[in-house]
Amino acid sequence: MLYFLFKRITLLIPTFIGITIVAFSFVRILPGDPVLLMAGERGISDERYARLLAEFGYDRPIWEQYLEYLNDLVHGDFGISLVTKQPVLDEFFSLFPATVELSICALILATVIGIPAGIVAATKRGSFLDQTIMGTALVGYSMPIFWWGLLLIIVFSGILGWTPVSGRISLLYYFPNTTGFMLIDSLLSGQKGAFQSALSHLILPSIVLATIPLAVIARQTRSAMLEVLGEDYVRTARAKGLSDARVVGLHALRNAMIPVITVIGLSVGTLLAGAILTETIFSWPGIGKWMIESIQRRDYPVVQSGLLLIAAIVMIVNLLVDLTYGLINPRIRHQ
Amino acid sequence: MALLNIQNLSVDFKTAGGLFRAVDSVDIACERGEILSIVGESGSGKSVSMLALMGLLPWTAQITADKMEFDGKDLGRMSRRERRKIIGKDISMIFQEPISSLNPCFTVGFQIGEVLKLHLGMDRATRRKRSIELLDLVGIPAPETRLSAFPHQLSGGMNQRVMIAMALAGDPKLLIADEPTTALDVTIQAQILELLVSLQREKQMALILITHDMGVVAETAERVQVQYAGQRVEEQPVLDLFEAPHHPYTSALLAALPERAVGRKLPSIPGVVPGQFDRPTGCLFAPRCSFVKPDCHKGVKRQPAELGHALCNHPIASSGSKTSAAGGAA
Repeated sequence: MLYFLFKRITLLIPTFIGITIVAFSFVRILPGDPVLLMAGERGISDERYARLLAEFGYDRPIWEQYLEYLNDLVHGDFGISLVTKQPVLDEFFSLFPATVELSICALILATVIGIPAGIVAATKRGSFLDQTIMGTALVGYSMPIFWWGLLLIIVFSGILGWTPVSGRISLLYYFPNTTGFMLIDSLLSGQKGAFQSALSHLILPSIVLATIPLAVIARQTRSAMLEVLGEDYVRTARAKGLSDARVVGLHALRNAMIPVITVIGLSVGTLLAGAILTETIFSWPGIGKWMIESIQRRDYPVVQSGLLLIAAIVMIVNLLVDLTYGLINPRIRHQ
Repeated sequence: MALLNIQNLSVDFKTAGGLFRAVDSVDIACERGEILSIVGESGSGKSVSMLALMGLLPWTAQITADKMEFDGKDLGRMSRRERRKIIGKDISMIFQEPISSLNPCFTVGFQIGEVLKLHLGMDRATRRKRSIELLDLVGIPAPETRLSAFPHQLSGGMNQRVMIAMALAGDPKLLIADEPTTALDVTIQAQILELLVSLQREKQMALILITHDMGVVAETAERVQVQYAGQRVEEQPVLDLFEAPHHPYTSALLAALPERAVGRKLPSIPGVVPGQFDRPTGCLFAPRCSFVKPDCHKGVKRQPAELGHALCNHPIASSGSKTSAAGGAA
């Protein structure tokens, strides 16, 4: 087990190096540079432009810049934002809880609805219910997030007025940022209505972000269940006289969960990618919105280190997912 | 009164091409403490009839029977919930592939304990004690440590022993073994059969052994029922069947046994079991039968017990070689 862990972690190193190269070069391939963008429409004299570029070190050969970036990284320096002059790492960790909160809510929503929907569809295979669930899942999977988010805002915030349009909490409330998670902080503050406000702000973005993972999880659960329900051990479980609920919910589900866990793990990457759009639509102050804004301003240090941090998180989550296989699949645990 | 009494059981499967009759008006009876063997080729409906009894067929199966009586209760008229109290306890079943028949995600101890808890309501400590006894009973060494083993950590033979232990957990009156040795090595096959027979004697339970292996039949069974294309074509006590088969199909099956072959080439039965679309009218075996007469294509009649209940218009009166009294002894 320890060896397995060690092997997996060593494999992460080349991946990280690859990501630094991609993140570093990607942002420099984009036309324009931070100095030009900061100057805005008024323009800037060539002399001043050259001086500013030299100040940031962007006039040197690109490989030299890259090596310096790597050197900084190794020393734990993720750079300083050109726009806010704050360390990238500080900004990341102050914004990250908002994204995590949104992603966790979306993932819970996707799992809690997706798995039962998949089970029902599989056990009632071919029925009207199955076709309805799978049809809905297909629609959800194919829907453009941007359009879907705007549609929900128009209906629930605009027409019905049930939910707020954007942000994390109503401006009426103010309390210290203890955990960074608005739901928990609002509860801790003890202010009346704060939690409800935070929750109502979270609902629409969570639904939008959960849509694609939910559809994927439901479809994967259904197909895994269908496969497992035909297995000999399910017949054995029935032959023991066990109830349908126990046969399906324990004997079959435990085996069907193996591929579903993979999909849930992989959807963490999708969630972070989806968060970029969702956060932009709902003005959710998380890392997705932060990345988009930084790319627009060509804030090189933020984009290259932000991408690296996001990638690191996705990889760590994937590693954790691999480790949980062992918990549910004894055949892996004992290898 | 017979422990198991199934009369006129038919099973049809809904398929894209219409109904497929897998079991065709079969009668099966089994006394307490008896070993009945059901023999037939693949697709002869031998497993399906037992799965129908257990209620394990998929929803595409349409089951009809005049009677499906077990221990005086008609299983066919019971709700699924009521039937679940009997299956796994009074009737239990073991299957062909022991490794895939056990759930890979749960330990052996959990899977045996589940039966003990469900049917006998035992608490944790009693379950553990009883599971150890059961594993010991089926000849698994070091049963205490095996309780925490997963199926993939055991061999095929060991897994089949675990299946048997699990089947015995409810102290069944009837054990159905569906080709229990087919997937195992020859040496292990003999051990498992021996175990099944000795447990059957010890516990005085009835055993229905489904197999396509005449050798297994000869070694274990007391009474044999031969099935062909979903029909019961012959039924006799084992010795009589081997001495004087009355149905041409049984006779051909026995002639195909390597031990009985006389010529240089092993005899075989030409053709295949009829499928959904090439089902003949009249006798289903007629297209493959070497004794076929014109009237066989029109209809077929059931012979009396003296002729092994053969479903044949022209049963073989005796095997011709040794005894002609064999038919009368049936």
